[in-house]
Amino acid sequence: MEEIRLIEIKEEIHTDNTIKATLLRKNLSKSKTFLLNLMSSPGAGKTTTILKTIEAMGGKIRTGVIEADIDSMVDAEKIAAKGIAAVQLRTGGFCHLDASMVEKGLEGLNLDNLDLVIIENVGNLVCPAEFDTGAIKNVMILSVPEGDDKPLKYPLMFTVCDVLLINKIDYLPLSDFDVAAAEARAKNLNPNIEIFQISSKTGEGIKAWAEWLLKEVTGFLNQP
Amino acid sequence: MHELQVTESILNIALKYSPANKVKKIIAIHLTIGELSELENEWIQRYFDYLSKGTIAQEAKLVIERSPIRMKCDSCNHEFQIKRDDIRNIECPQCNQKKCTLTAGREYHIKHMEVM
Repeated sequence: MEEIRLIEIKEEIHTDNTIKATLLRKNLSKSKTFLLNLMSSPGAGKTTTILKTIEAMGGKIRTGVIEADIDSMVDAEKIAAKGIAAVQLRTGGFCHLDASMVEKGLEGLNLDNLDLVIIENVGNLVCPAEFDTGAIKNVMILSVPEGDDKPLKYPLMFTVCDVLLINKIDYLPLSDFDVAAAEARAKNLNPNIEIFQISSKTGEGIKAWAEWLLKEVTGFLNQP
Repeated sequence: MHELQVTESILNIALKYSPANKVKKIIAIHLTIGELSELENEWIQRYFDYLSKGTIAQEAKLVIERSPIRMKCDSCNHEFQIKRDDIRNIECPQCNQKKCTLTAGREYHIKHMEVM
């Protein structure tokens, strides 16, 4: 019997994706396109929030959307119906988007005419948190009906996001969702996370969030 | 849920290192995966068994070590470890302050492999 040898490897498993995402970010910096990755569980209101956000930014920046779904065109159709450039990626069972898939989505949009591209990631609080998409900012939605305990259950998602949107606040009077507890739990995991309370249905709170985004995008576009 | 993709990367990396090291057979691959990852060891092995069929890594065992979650206090810079269950209440053990930054617990890497 041959002797068993040990080979040192010390390699990151996600290296390929991390390299691709870093390169994508660099290229988008050059082409002056701000990439935003929006994540949440299914039904938290990603598509409606995107529409309301674009509306609230009032045409000050040109925005496109990459929609990712396991298998449907529903979301892209909804966005395109409003006259917004949209591309649908069917992930065919994949639970998240990675940098190569985002790159493919970007190819379907004319980046010369866009200042901001919003990725609507696959509805899932687990896997999308693990993959760098090449985005400049990561944003997540937690909706009131999901409960205020989600930061405890999906800590990684809350750790990787720059912004938390607490959506469907119009449901608060009917719910035992504790906003202060949810915010404290999220801040505990990620002290730098920005939190906005919104209702994508009534439009409440959208203005403050849209202003924050507008400021970030403008700052990025004005970088030398 | 994305065990398949991660497993594919593990296999590709293991096979990439093989020709230069004149590997005939891969016996075991040792991995370090952060405690914060949701990946299930059992599924990684099952997918690996499926993907590695017909390669020199067939029947290789994946030995997974979970690396701890580490935090660094934003005010006193003290570094400390926490358990996954304690993530709901992070507090610096030195100064009791709550603002801390995650420094480890998300990693995925291959340490080494046993080969013939």
